[in-house]
Amino acid sequence: MSTYEADALGWFGGTGAFGGRFMPEALIAALDELDVAWREAMADPAFTGEFDRLLHEYAGVPSLLYDATRLSEHAGARILLKREDLNHTGAHKIRNVLGQALLTQRMGKTRVIAETGAGQHGVASATAAAYLGLDCTVYMGEVDTERQALNVARMQLLGAEVIPVTSGSRTLKDAINEAMRDWVASVDETAYLFGTAAGPHPFPSLVLSFVRGIGDEARRQCLDQYGTLPDAVAACVGGGSNAIGLFAGFVDDPEVAIYGFEAGGDGVETGRHAATIFAGSIGVLHGARTFVLQDEDGQTIESHSISAGLDYPGVGPQHSALSAAGRASYLPVTDAEAMDAMALLARTEGIIPAVESAHAVAGALRIAEERPGQTILVNLSGRGDKDMGTALEYFGLGQAGSRGQRETK
Amino acid sequence: MSSTSTAFARARAEGRAALVGYLPAGFPDVEGSIAALKVMVESGCDIIEIGLPYSDPVMDGPTIQAAAQQALDAGVRTADVLRVVEAVAATGTPTLVMTYWNPVERYGVERFARDLADAGGAGLITPDLTPDFAPEWIAAADERELDKVFLVAPSSTDERIAMTTAAARGFVYATGVMGVTGTTQATAAGVAPLVARTKALSPAGGADLPVGVGVGVSTGAQAAELAVKNGIGADGVIVGSAFVRTLLNHPGDRAAGLAALAALTEELAGGVRA
Repeated sequence: MSTYEADALGWFGGTGAFGGRFMPEALIAALDELDVAWREAMADPAFTGEFDRLLHEYAGVPSLLYDATRLSEHAGARILLKREDLNHTGAHKIRNVLGQALLTQRMGKTRVIAETGAGQHGVASATAAAYLGLDCTVYMGEVDTERQALNVARMQLLGAEVIPVTSGSRTLKDAINEAMRDWVASVDETAYLFGTAAGPHPFPSLVLSFVRGIGDEARRQCLDQYGTLPDAVAACVGGGSNAIGLFAGFVDDPEVAIYGFEAGGDGVETGRHAATIFAGSIGVLHGARTFVLQDEDGQTIESHSISAGLDYPGVGPQHSALSAAGRASYLPVTDAEAMDAMALLARTEGIIPAVESAHAVAGALRIAEERPGQTILVNLSGRGDKDMGTALEYFGLGQAGSRGQRETK
Repeated sequence: MSSTSTAFARARAEGRAALVGYLPAGFPDVEGSIAALKVMVESGCDIIEIGLPYSDPVMDGPTIQAAAQQALDAGVRTADVLRVVEAVAATGTPTLVMTYWNPVERYGVERFARDLADAGGAGLITPDLTPDFAPEWIAAADERELDKVFLVAPSSTDERIAMTTAAARGFVYATGVMGVTGTTQATAAGVAPLVARTKALSPAGGADLPVGVGVGVSTGAQAAELAVKNGIGADGVIVGSAFVRTLLNHPGDRAAGLAALAALTEELAGGVRA
């Protein structure tokens, strides 16, 4: 990713700017071991070939690039959807976990741990662990286990142990803390499958290397199918793995505008949101210097979003660097805008997106107003099956004989 | 020589290890933590570590997490932590702050170093900041001669131990177990290799840089086992969760909590002298 890549110490945007490694000494040897093993693996055609084969034969990659004509008509711009929702397990996350689990196997470790917010990364990790015969423990905030009970059941069916985390705000950030605590005590036989392109070096770069297929494929597909690059690309940003995967394919094309849409929750002005770059400040969280939602004393503030997968008070350091460099724009999308977009995509295209991905669709609709007739490529990072409980409650669905109380345009 | 080094030297001259005691500031409340830390000083702690409560303490187990959360829920601020430092340092006992990095960065590294020094604090222990990512803190600490206590772990390579001890001042903190605070017990057999490696790799063979062992130490018997006389070579024994647990076990009865705290401190002080 040229000038936007990390240096050898994991800094993005210059020494001391974003990223780095703010971690207990006890874990440094493991991070160094991982860094070396990952670089060797990525240079080994046997490893990358096996990764590509698994993605293709098992995960259904490359995902389609789909011309959403009815949605485009509504938007007044051409909307292309990168259909990561069609991947095995229903989201882009399978790419990351297959890469990391293969690497775990190569390193001779037998157990993986993972944190999860919405449960998508947990399900993906449990899937990869089952497929490759690894033990799997998933840490999940107690609050999230309640709002995503279906995903808890999926992980359990796949043979993983799901541990509810009751410390702190009992959401994703606390699940990461607990997974790190596990890792400090189990690092000899355990690999930590980090769920997003955040955390200490080398995780942001390592995760990117496994998800950047999203952007590389989309760029090629766009040229092959439509003979041109998009005018803009858009993705939702929580920790930011689907977004960085998409952006990586286009960051060196200066004519392509890049938009990341953060969870605006009830609205940034209410303080109840997860718009880390848009409304946060620079700090250190989970091992990296990046934008953080924090109070005056540097205590992490709880984030809020209708989408568990975006409900995170930090963000991958590479996004912070892209924002600081002015290469990408990060804007908030509220819960209400995202839910409207979810319903709109369902009714215009017959595609029910994950609430996370609906933020990207809503954002694309907004930028379409400034870009009439242009081509906007959106990463539809996940499908909405897991969010039916949220939709049922939000729209008042589930009663036969009505179309739901909250009608959308 | 910093006040911390002096305390270690005094213990060494007495042929024993130093006892380092930890409590988070603001637990059970600001005044309560001052009272508790003073009891620990009076009952035999040679050095005090004051924890700065943080929302995301990845190195801490459930006991210290609970205490830190209680302090944060009650609204403790960084300024309160410095107030606790001032009150405890006034006893003449070397007083360090143990803090995750973000609160210092947010306060301003230079400003934190100044206010800590003004409060009489001896320095910082930084569990998630290693010397290779600490240029700002090292510069600020050097300017005010504050202690820079970095950690080494059983998993540290020889190169990293040499780098860490070269950057450290006051003492170097050897984590007794691979794990978080207050969960697993450190043993002499487990700790001895790390202490020996740390001393061998320190500048001047460790003569100028004491090694304190923490994480996994909670009883007088353990303190005795790890202390210098018995051949492990730990210059200091660091206890945290056991003190916190003692206070957590006496909710609503301050006097009983302080009495139990004094008894535990005396047991540990006896251990380092055994």
